[in-house]
Amino acid sequence: MSADLTLILPEIVLAAFAILGLLGAVYTGKDALAPALTWATSALFVLVALWVGLAEPETHYGFGGMFIDDSFARFAKVTLLLSAAAVLAMSEGYMSNRGLLRFEYPVLVTLAVVGMMMMVSAGDLMSLYMGLELQSLALYVVASLRRDSIKSTEAGLKYFVLGALSSGLLLYGASLVYGYSGTTLFSGIIQTTVSGDVSIGLLLGLVFLISGLAFKVSAVPFHMWTPDVYEGAPTPITAFFATAPKVAAMALFARLLHDAFGNAVSDWQQVVALISVLSMFLGGIAAIGQNNIKRLMAYSSIAHMGYALMGLAAGTVLGVQAMLVYLAIYVTMNVGTFAFILMMERDGQPVVDVTSLNMYSKREPGKALAMLVLLFSLAGVPPMLGFFGKLYVLRAAYDGGLAWLAIAGVIASVIGAFYYLRIVFYMYFGDENAQGLDGGKSPVLWGFLMASAVVMVLGIVNMFGVEGAAAAAAASLVVN
Amino acid sequence: MIGLEHYLTVAATLFVIGIFGLFLNRKNVIILLMSIELMLLAVNINFVAFSSFLGDLVGQVFTLFVLTVAAAEAAIGLAILVCFFRNRGTIAVEDVNVMKG
Repeated sequence: MSADLTLILPEIVLAAFAILGLLGAVYTGKDALAPALTWATSALFVLVALWVGLAEPETHYGFGGMFIDDSFARFAKVTLLLSAAAVLAMSEGYMSNRGLLRFEYPVLVTLAVVGMMMMVSAGDLMSLYMGLELQSLALYVVASLRRDSIKSTEAGLKYFVLGALSSGLLLYGASLVYGYSGTTLFSGIIQTTVSGDVSIGLLLGLVFLISGLAFKVSAVPFHMWTPDVYEGAPTPITAFFATAPKVAAMALFARLLHDAFGNAVSDWQQVVALISVLSMFLGGIAAIGQNNIKRLMAYSSIAHMGYALMGLAAGTVLGVQAMLVYLAIYVTMNVGTFAFILMMERDGQPVVDVTSLNMYSKREPGKALAMLVLLFSLAGVPPMLGFFGKLYVLRAAYDGGLAWLAIAGVIASVIGAFYYLRIVFYMYFGDENAQGLDGGKSPVLWGFLMASAVVMVLGIVNMFGVEGAAAAAAASLVVN
Repeated sequence: MIGLEHYLTVAATLFVIGIFGLFLNRKNVIILLMSIELMLLAVNINFVAFSSFLGDLVGQVFTLFVLTVAAAEAAIGLAILVCFFRNRGTIAVEDVNVMKG
């Protein structure tokens, strides 16, 4: 029992921190503590990420197999903890200036992160569900954090209704899987499919589970909440939605498909390939008409999830490795891009219109250049790191026997490049006379933007060792 | 004799009614919350039926977790709805349309 508790010590520390933070803030100055609490939470995330990341590379099972601590879980945890820390550090200044920073924000983010860490370590349908709900319930509230804004509360309401629907689908699938396999443990479910043939009830349950998870990663055809929630939520919270929860949900997706249904790859491969190709094309095409940069980033994230799913669809060790590398690169790019979006303001008011970037390079050449690098990387233009991420998943799909998917991915990325390059066009060759932006002066945001852009260029040397860690993580997940 | 398939049929019917309630209802957000609750309870029937059929307690434990989470979910949903009502002055589903998706 004490070995089990040692295993979830990082989660316990974070949960205790959230509860103590809540108590402390309620008993003292309430929102006066919020900036300090935000920075403390961010620092704690970095410490826990180091703690989890530097652990010995062994696989441990806790609570009768319900909690799995392997290299795969640790890779996902480090990625999501660091991205959440970055987003918290970026949001403090922005939210304080606009009177948005309540002490609930870091507390809810911490609880959401605990849920995500549960998700990526889940070894049972029950721990999967509890982790997912802890994450989702915290995120519904965070989306509507700006209580006096119609847009923010509407975003929260839409997210809540569709999120609850997806949880319902997922649960119905879980109940069918339980009924037809007789167990909720992933290690037990995989035993029932050893012979390779999957009963129709189990297959139906698998389809429901995939639909529920596709909602969480905002893959087409379950993507309709994404643009509205991204637009309505305050920008730092949009940045959070675009990073850590995506990593957690994709990791959970991979965990479920490989740990519980690893013997039935041919049964889910086609479904995942289909939602991957639909996401890539819809994300690429629907973003073209968008002038709101937050909506644009929503479609961009739909397309990027399509590429990550392409790695998963390959159904191989290389596929999972490619997915993890892609997610790490995606998160880094998004942190930088959202640092830039958070700096877009005029007279102290946030601006989200893409056309406000006209001739931005004249006023802020450094930031414009960093954004150019990030946009090229998002579009997958060589030699930026984003290109290598795409190359990785394309190779995995090709090696996995899905050549048509790889070709579709290349076509979709060419279509998608258009709207990223349109922003570059505005920044460098736009209308001289249009009303521009003030130079946002935030050293923290500037630092994240520049660091992210530098990573996109220097990362091509050796990806900072992420490649090797992802390979070890993928090997620990995919056994056969 | 009422067997497993009868319970599964009832659960599937309730689940589908819940989904239709989410998509066809144009009047009131409260009805959406009720539909969500209906879906979760249909899942619970499934779990308990399977649990009794398999002679395995895990399904009933899962049901208790689902019930607890459903209560928390309803509380959060109503809280968000109250905030929305204060800003918008209505809870009609047709009026949840400031942003077009």
